[in-house]
Amino acid sequence: MPMAIGIAAWGLVAGVAMAKSGMGIALAIFMSLLVYAGSAQIAALPLIASGAPMWVVWATTLCVSLRFMAFSFHYRPYFAHLPRGQRVALSFLMGDTNFALFMRRFPRLEPGYRHEDYFLGSAVVTFGVWQLSIITGIVAGHGIPASWGLGFAGVMALLALTCTQLRTPSTWVAAVVAACAAVAAYALPMKLNIVVAIAAAVAFGALADHARAARTRAGR
Amino acid sequence: MSPLEIFLTALGMGAITLFCRAFFMLPEQELPMPNWLREGLRYAPIAALSAVVAPELFMTQGHLIESWRDARIYGAAAGLAFYAWKHSLFGTIVCGTGVMLALRFGLGW
Repeated sequence: MPMAIGIAAWGLVAGVAMAKSGMGIALAIFMSLLVYAGSAQIAALPLIASGAPMWVVWATTLCVSLRFMAFSFHYRPYFAHLPRGQRVALSFLMGDTNFALFMRRFPRLEPGYRHEDYFLGSAVVTFGVWQLSIITGIVAGHGIPASWGLGFAGVMALLALTCTQLRTPSTWVAAVVAACAAVAAYALPMKLNIVVAIAAAVAFGALADHARAARTRAGR
Repeated sequence: MSPLEIFLTALGMGAITLFCRAFFMLPEQELPMPNWLREGLRYAPIAALSAVVAPELFMTQGHLIESWRDARIYGAAAGLAFYAWKHSLFGTIVCGTGVMLALRFGLGW
């Protein structure tokens, strides 16, 4: 529930950004309802405004959305028993906030517990708050000055969520590796820096586990 | 872009984000996957969050910030300190944003 404030602030910012891109209220609302991914929408705005080719917008969307694949990978064991249609319907509601909250509540599978109910509860609230605030932002548009620091509240929400995921020393290192890589590779087009950062952290993680396995073998 | 093009672009974006979200939900069987990738993927979510947050905190218009008088850094530090102290998500957001706004409006950083 406290996360709702972060989501609302972030949604408002995204909505204002969309209003200022000049794409029109109807299209902006349509995109928000359909895409439901703040980061992808914000990344796409300058491209749409500058008339970039459609495939560039799509490629950017793909780069920003690749992290959802990781979420989907981690959710799978919790939802594997559901029919495919339901799994895909749940997928539509995946987001950063839900994921962090869900994994905080269920670090591992609890047999017999209906995980999908917890997921749906938090995901539907998130969806509602997000859509309400982004549509408010789109409609209110220019009335909201950027200096209110609303965007920063969204960043702080994500920062707090990052903290919840810092469980072991190797997750700390992975987070730092990803942060450095994302900043260092910022100049890349199409938000590729996020892809580079994830790849670097995954490579690090694989290496760290490999090294640990090797140490265990040597110790034996 | 014309409204029609924006409409089509949005359709495509919707399809792409849904595809990414559903990627591991679609197959009925477990996907065969090498162990190192399985292990490495455990770090992907935190990496993604961290990769989204870091540029927002340390960069301005594509450049690393040069001045130490940047309200965002102190806001983030205050938020982190609060999280370490209370482990409260809400407190972290309020505290971090509050410090950032106080510095920005109080000292003009």
